[in-house]
Formats: sequence, structure tokens, C-alpha cells
Amino acid sequence: MSIFVDADTRVVVQGITGAEGSFHTAQMRAYGTEVVAGAVPGRGGEEVEGIPVFDTVAAAVRETEATASVVFVPPAFAADAIFEALDTPLETVVAITEGVPLHDMARVYKRAGEVDTRLIGPNCPGIITPGETKLGILPGDIFEAGNVGLVSRSGTLTYQVVSNLTERGIGQTTAVGIGGDPIIGTSFIDALAAFEADTATHAVVMCGEIGGEDEEEAASYIAGHMDTPVAGFIAGRTAPPGKRMGHAGAIVSGSGAGTADSKIAALNEAGVPVVDTPAAVADHVESFL
Amino acid sequence: MRLHEYQAKEAFADAGITVPDAQVATTPAEVVDAADAIGYPVAVKAQVHVGGRGKAGGIALVDDADGAAEAAERILGMDLKGYTVEAVLVEAGVDFTDELYVGVTMDRTAAQPVIMVSTEGGVDIEAVAEHSPDAIATAHIDPAFGLHPYQARRVVYEAGIDRGVAGAVIAIVERLYGLFVANDATEVEINPVMVTTEGEVVAADAVMNIDNDALFRQEALAELAAETTGDALEQQAAEAGFDYVRLDGNVGIIGNGAGLVMTTLDLVDHFGGTPANFLDIGGGARADRVTAALELVFSDEHVDAVVFNIFGGITRGDEVAAGINEAIAQIGALPKPVVVRLAGTNAAEGMEILDTDAVRVEATLEAAVQAAIAAAEGAA
Repeated sequence: MSIFVDADTRVVVQGITGAEGSFHTAQMRAYGTEVVAGAVPGRGGEEVEGIPVFDTVAAAVRETEATASVVFVPPAFAADAIFEALDTPLETVVAITEGVPLHDMARVYKRAGEVDTRLIGPNCPGIITPGETKLGILPGDIFEAGNVGLVSRSGTLTYQVVSNLTERGIGQTTAVGIGGDPIIGTSFIDALAAFEADTATHAVVMCGEIGGEDEEEAASYIAGHMDTPVAGFIAGRTAPPGKRMGHAGAIVSGSGAGTADSKIAALNEAGVPVVDTPAAVADHVESFL
Repeated sequence: MRLHEYQAKEAFADAGITVPDAQVATTPAEVVDAADAIGYPVAVKAQVHVGGRGKAGGIALVDDADGAAEAAERILGMDLKGYTVEAVLVEAGVDFTDELYVGVTMDRTAAQPVIMVSTEGGVDIEAVAEHSPDAIATAHIDPAFGLHPYQARRVVYEAGIDRGVAGAVIAIVERLYGLFVANDATEVEINPVMVTTEGEVVAADAVMNIDNDALFRQEALAELAAETTGDALEQQAAEAGFDYVRLDGNVGIIGNGAGLVMTTLDLVDHFGGTPANFLDIGGGARADRVTAALELVFSDEHVDAVVFNIFGGITRGDEVAAGINEAIAQIGALPKPVVVRLAGTNAAEGMEILDTDAVRVEATLEAAVQAAIAAAEGAA
């Protein structure tokens, strides 16, 4: 079992002819992902790695029965690409692009709430169900199939935590990077709810960071709705107020909102242990299993 | 990116929001000339990218040329929360009866813009939100539709704005929201909106923050960003395309990915050290990027040791190691100890080829951080 994507997921890559798009298409295929189409305006009829390219996402979906898209479109055009994907029957859209303007994302978010398609990202590494499929740029070989779910706002921090888990022989059902932007399609709560419903997931790791209130909201969700044990990690305890720490969303406001302390306190109150080092995450997960 | 007050006021004035008469000055002589031309009293206001300038001594109200010269001498060149004041705004004093608040920001939890209006202007609005939230009227705006005129009316009437100026404040709300959208702002704020003794409404202060991710389509603002001054190292980092934040410790930190770099900072703190900076080198690790990152961190004189932590995803560890070796060859002898930890794709191969005469290698993030702290203590 898994959440959001599995071996049956059929992928259309938006921006497949670009450097990033073509490189990661090859990587995804090598991992076993069923990449069935590309979508690039004006490039319909071409092929990339033997994969047919269509001018529109709609045509790609119609012709190849794609069920998910991965967006590798530059920031200036990313919102339009996501709108295009949301205007099809796709189940899932994974937006990798970093640097989508905030106002664009506010409009995209509004649209995503009106359709059945799930948006993951933007500014995320994607999602992987080990041994079955990966959509995005995550390095497949550090993951292993198992029964721990992972949800994170950060890419490389996810890799760090996953490698600690895998080294201990603790595999993963699905790992999802939800993205480091202030406005993202899939929240911690969305992923946690899916893991709670997934019978194969026996424990969940949640990696948050400073900025916003998503972790606090997730904490109250965990307290009210989850039986699956959750271990937490929060990055940015030493971040000064008013400074954007790499991610557009990773900022403690001048008034002190969005601090690591506030998030850790909320999670602890919900019964979620929050550890100080990535290595200690694996200890807690081991104790849950 | 935060605009200076005078830059934001130019945008406000262009949009039809009344601002006081004012001139920018960079020398005491210019300040006096400007004040004489405008007529006393005037406010002399430091133009730096931080809030709370008044409390920090960055604003003076003066009644004559001597006062203006004195204020200029004191404020120009002063250090205000880490920023050197290079310019002041000389602005006509306003006789006011009331101070109001009008602001627009992006509510990230609601994923919608929110307009805020209050009769309690002139003070820290976040403090008002804390102790009397009912004093602030809010309106969330559907970003797909934009602002409906009734929403501007409703938020102003619900805030209890005096009927005599309500129409003028509604116009300010509409214009401010227009600026928020047109400029890809993350925040626009007038605190206070002054109601003058003549019953006019004037924007006495102006805050405007622009989304850095939208500068590609805000060409005029991007030019302002280019001339924006701040911390010299942060400026240098921005030019090199790094996400960099300077802190006040002595352990320099270079890594890839925001979350992992933040975690490395936290670990330095956890193990008893103090982080000197946040530097996200981004994807890839070509030698020129590695060289630039090391040079940047070394140019912070407080740095006594550096931890270089890369988790290769698509980036390969052996390529990173080659980049580090090449950087060492370019820089020559490294001025301070560097501890390297490589993990992920081809990390073992990378560890093997690293020039271990020049850098120390550790297998885990925790060990690398502890080694860097020890090295920094030894060097300090």
C-alpha cells in the first residue's frame, strides 16, 4: 500500500524537452515509473527517450490515459502549466518548480480547491513509493519499501532522514515532499490523513520547518484524528526573525510567529516526540514499530 | 525585497494616495536645503530596511535649520539594527487629529490576500492584534476575482472609521490593494494614515515588500533591488546566487537544500557551537560554485571553521569532491579548518578522492558538526 501514487500511476511530464525535464524523465523511468507522455506547447509529435510529446496536457491524457503529471516548467510559466493540468481529469499534479510567484500560487491554490485533482508542491522534490514509482527528483536508491510514511517540507532533509531509516532497515510506504513555499497544494494534514488511512503505514515521520502555521495545525489534527504514531523533526531553531532561510516559506516573522519553538510545543502537546537530530528520528521510529 | 519608505511613497503617490511633501537627502547640507524648501516643522527619517525606526532613534522631528542639521549629523551614517543609514527622507510635518492603520498582506494559512483596517494606527499593529484583535477589521480577498468594491467599504465601516473620512479611506484601501497586486507585493502597509486637522487623509509612513520570486516580471522594482544596500556579505552572496544569511557565530556552514542547511545550523547550536551563517549552495557543485561559497564564508572574519555538508540526490558525491579539490587548488591554502561530509549518491567515491591534506572528512552529519565546533574552538 501507499499514498497518492503507486505502480499503476501513469505519468505525463510537463516540460519534458527541457534540461531538467528530460534528465529526470530518464531517472524516473530507470526507477520504474510509468512515464507515458510529455506535454510541451509547440512540440507535439516529437519524442523524448521514446516517449511521445503532446502540445497540450489534455491531449496527453486523452491519448495515453495518464493519471498524474510532473511539472518541470520554469517559474514564469509554472502557474499556467499547473492550471492546465488542473483542467484535466488527472488525479495528481506534482509541481517541482522552485520560485513560482506568490500571487500566482494564491490563484492556483484557489483553483486546486475547486477540482478533484491533488496538487503537490510547488518547490518540492516530489513523491516516491519505494519499489513502485517516483514522481520528481528524489534519489531512488536511498529509499526502501517498508511501513513508515514520511512527509516533509524539505528535499535534502528528507534524504538525510530517509537514509538514517534505511540504514536501520526501516523502509517506507511513501515519502512525499510537500514543498518549501508559503502556499502549497498538499498540506501536512492532507498527507497525514492519507497515511492514517493507509493500513500499510505503521508509523509516520513529519519533517517541518520554521514559518507559517502548518505544523501547529497538523499537531491538532494528529491529536484529534490519528492512531498511527508520528515522530517529528523541526528545522530552523536557530533562524533569526525576519530572514528567509532559503525556502520562500521558511521565515520567522518580525513579531515572532512561525518559530520552531511554537511548532515543537504544539507537536509535543499532541503527543508527538520532536527530536534534536535527524539520527534520533530513526530511534523513535524504531521504538514505534 | 523591502522598498525604502521614499520608494514606496513614490509608488503610493503615483497611485493617487496623498503623501506629505518630502525630499530624499544624503548629506546634512542637503537635509537643511530640503527642510528649508519644504518649511518647518519637518521629520528627518532614516531610510533603512527595518521597522521600528522611531524607537531606535532613526526619526527626528525638528523645528528649524539648526535642528535639521543636528538631526542629519546624528542619523546619517548611524547604525540602525545592523544597517548603516545612507539616506534620510525629509518630510513635511503633519498636524493630525487621528492615526489610522491600513494594510494588505498575504495570509499564507488562508492562501488569500487579507486587508486590515484599524482606528489604532501609529503603533505596532501586531501588538494591537495581540491585545485587542477586535480593533482590526479584516477582509479576505479571493485572488481569482480580486477586490470587490463592497469589500473595501465593508472593512472600512466595520473598523469604525469616522464617517467624515470613510470615503477617503475606502479609496486608500482600493488603491493599496491595486498596488499590492500590480507590484507582486507580499505586504503593503500605511501605518499611520494620518487624518489632518483639515480632515484630509495622508500616508505618513509606507511599507512595501515585494515577492523576490516575481522580480522577473517587475523590471522597475528589480532595478531598485539591485541598488538596495544591506549587509555587504549578503549582497555578495545574492550576486553569486546563493541563499545566504549572516549570523553572529564562528562556525561557517555550507550545504545543499534549505531544510538540511537549517538543520546543520541547529546541530551546531545543539552541540554547543554558534553558527556564523546559513549558505545554501543549491543543486550541483561545480568547482566555481564551491570556490565562491568557500571564499564568501571565509571573508566573514568571525568564521573560525567551516562545516561543508552535502547530501547528494541527483548531485553526485564524486563530482562534489572534485569541486572541493578544485576549489582548494584555486584558493590555495585554506585559511581556516574545513570539515566535509558527503552523503547520498556516490558519496563513498567522493570521500575517497577528497584532498584530505586540506580538509577533514567525517562520515555523519553529527560527527562533522562536532568536529567543526572543536576545530573552531581550537582556532579561536
